[in-house]
Amino acid sequence: MISLSRIKRVFTVGDEEVNALRDVDLDIDTGEYVSIMGPSGSGKSTLLNMIGLLDRPDSGTYLLEGEDMTRLDDSQQAALRRHKIGFIFQFFHLVPRMSAAENIELPMMLAGMAVAERKKRVEEAVEAFGLTDRARHRPDQLSGGQRQRVAIARATIMQPHILLADEPTGNLDRVSGNEVIDILESLNRQQITLIMVTHDPELGRRARRQIHMVDGRIESDRCPSINEKGPAEQPRE
Amino acid sequence: MKITDIIRFAVRASVGYPTRTLLMLLAMAIGVGSVVVLSTLGDGARNYVISQFSSLGTNLLIVLPGRSETVGGPPPLLGITPRDLTLEDATALLRSSYIRYVAPITLGAAPVSRAGLEREVTILGSTPHLFQVRQLEMAGGRFLPEGDASRASAVCVLGYKIKQELFGSTPALGETVRIGDWRFRVIGILAKKGQSIGMDMGDIVIIPVASAQALFNSASLFRIMIEAVDRDAIARAKDTVVKIIRARHDGEDDVTVISQDAVLATFDRIFTTLTLTVTGIGAISIAVAGILIMNVMLIAVSQRRAEVGLLKAIGARNGQIIALFLAESAILSILGAALGLLVAAAGTWGIERAFPEFPLTMPLWSLVAGVVVSLVTGLVFGVLPAMRAARLDPVLSLSRR
Ligand SMILES: Nc1ncnc2c1ncn2[C@@H]1O[C@H](COP(=O)(O)OP(=O)(O)OP(=O)(O)O)[C@@H](O)[C@H]1O
Ligand SMILES: [Mg+2]
Repeated sequence: MISLSRIKRVFTVGDEEVNALRDVDLDIDTGEYVSIMGPSGSGKSTLLNMIGLLDRPDSGTYLLEGEDMTRLDDSQQAALRRHKIGFIFQFFHLVPRMSAAENIELPMMLAGMAVAERKKRVEEAVEAFGLTDRARHRPDQLSGGQRQRVAIARATIMQPHILLADEPTGNLDRVSGNEVIDILESLNRQQITLIMVTHDPELGRRARRQIHMVDGRIESDRCPSINEKGPAEQPRE
Repeated sequence: MKITDIIRFAVRASVGYPTRTLLMLLAMAIGVGSVVVLSTLGDGARNYVISQFSSLGTNLLIVLPGRSETVGGPPPLLGITPRDLTLEDATALLRSSYIRYVAPITLGAAPVSRAGLEREVTILGSTPHLFQVRQLEMAGGRFLPEGDASRASAVCVLGYKIKQELFGSTPALGETVRIGDWRFRVIGILAKKGQSIGMDMGDIVIIPVASAQALFNSASLFRIMIEAVDRDAIARAKDTVVKIIRARHDGEDDVTVISQDAVLATFDRIFTTLTLTVTGIGAISIAVAGILIMNVMLIAVSQRRAEVGLLKAIGARNGQIIALFLAESAILSILGAALGLLVAAAGTWGIERAFPEFPLTMPLWSLVAGVVVSLVTGLVFGVLPAMRAARLDPVLSLSRR
């Protein structure tokens, strides 16, 4: 489904060139659960943004469902982001002046969906994510966990194929963090491809497939559960 | 994206930042308000002056002694003092078939008294034709009697106000008043007709022209007012007047004939220019408001970088982001313009209260122009911030770098 080959991304800061991604090859199938880990600055977010079409590679090819993404123009990419990809961020990125329900509705508004259908879907999502009595609240009236649940509802309201989460628990305490992960994993069980960047090794180990990045390269890419050893016994590299 | 959604999003964004929104509304309201008020005042001044001139009479020509038109050519070597206009000149003009009425006018001031009350009053000497030429109305009695204009007679017609001052509510007809050293019998009272350009017809005493000349001891006329037979005859009447006077003044063109139409056209031109000028000055304030809108929107875009990044991440096209931000500045401009119209209406109402004689109507074009200009300004100055928003890099906007 996702197929990256020899993806390069170079940032120029002043006179210096920073290689955020160096010749990354990566294939991810539909319904996979992938965690991406690695030290700060190793290119995890850059890789995620690349997959999510928020960034373009300097070289290399990216096929999404067999289609070459590097050849699409901005508005075609926007359409794919709208329909196939859902983003979840560390800092939630809810629009502060809008209620939870309105934030969830936003992608459907951009898609020009009929108001009745929007209302229906928002209602369902609010219920499914346990936000029924919080739907009219603004983000600053919600707890971190509730905010992230609103963000997940927004990311999934268009029924995307891929869910990209960049440190979704980075701003949450352990309890609400686990709640959020449970939600994401249950979405993954419904065949959404879940790709999650995390600094938390424990969370990372919950994924069936674990990718470790160092300095813009994929250093290891393993599916420990397929091995005989359990996840906890995996040696760190 | 639906248009109603765009509008709702923009309105919510405006309401979300009330200080900024109020500031922009205020700037736009002042701009539009000043355009409308200034053009209303300009238009009002024009209407006022024109109505004042029209109330002088219709198809009017005015003959003034002295040549004031400049037609080029070498100036006369010797200073020629123009000949005075005389009563005979005026009578001669009646021969023209283009002319219906001729009213010679002598003007001066003299003390008018009755029963111990005395005041300096403007005395106007003329003939019965003045009644038609100036479209006067009588409150009582009659106007100056017909007859030989060169014969003095001791009768007078009082203006409304001077009658009130000298007689109060007691009848004045048939009574006598003293003007200078002479006694005049009151034969008529003018109706209260209000102000007419340069002369308050209420505060005046009209006597036969020959009496006035005797009173002021002068044979010359202040001016001659003429009414042409109709509108089409004005030009020919003017030529005839020049010709007749030239013949009587040894071939010298030493009078100036002004037609009311020409004066009106000149005033119309002057005041239209004036109105446009002040309106233009007002329009500058709209432009200033536009620049303010641009600045505030630029600040808004950088404040809402994360929001723009998010919109992109959830699939907004660049065009949609431009539409959202443009809608915001357009809505603020329209609301500002609406507020400006209210301000203008209040201002006009206030001015009307303060100067009731001054007729004010908001010209429709200024309303339309005010709203259109503000909308265009909002859009034009909104483009740059909206483009900047659309060009933001979503990754950078979303990261807290
Ligand atoms: N827009 C940018 N301009 C310049 N340098 C950038 C930009 N984005 C990323 N980088 C650099 O690219 C490298 C990879 O960045 P990236 O954000 O992908 O790291 P990360 O693995 O997500 O780190 P973290 O765990 O701290 O989020 C870093 O060295 C970073 O400084
Ligand atoms: Mg990162």
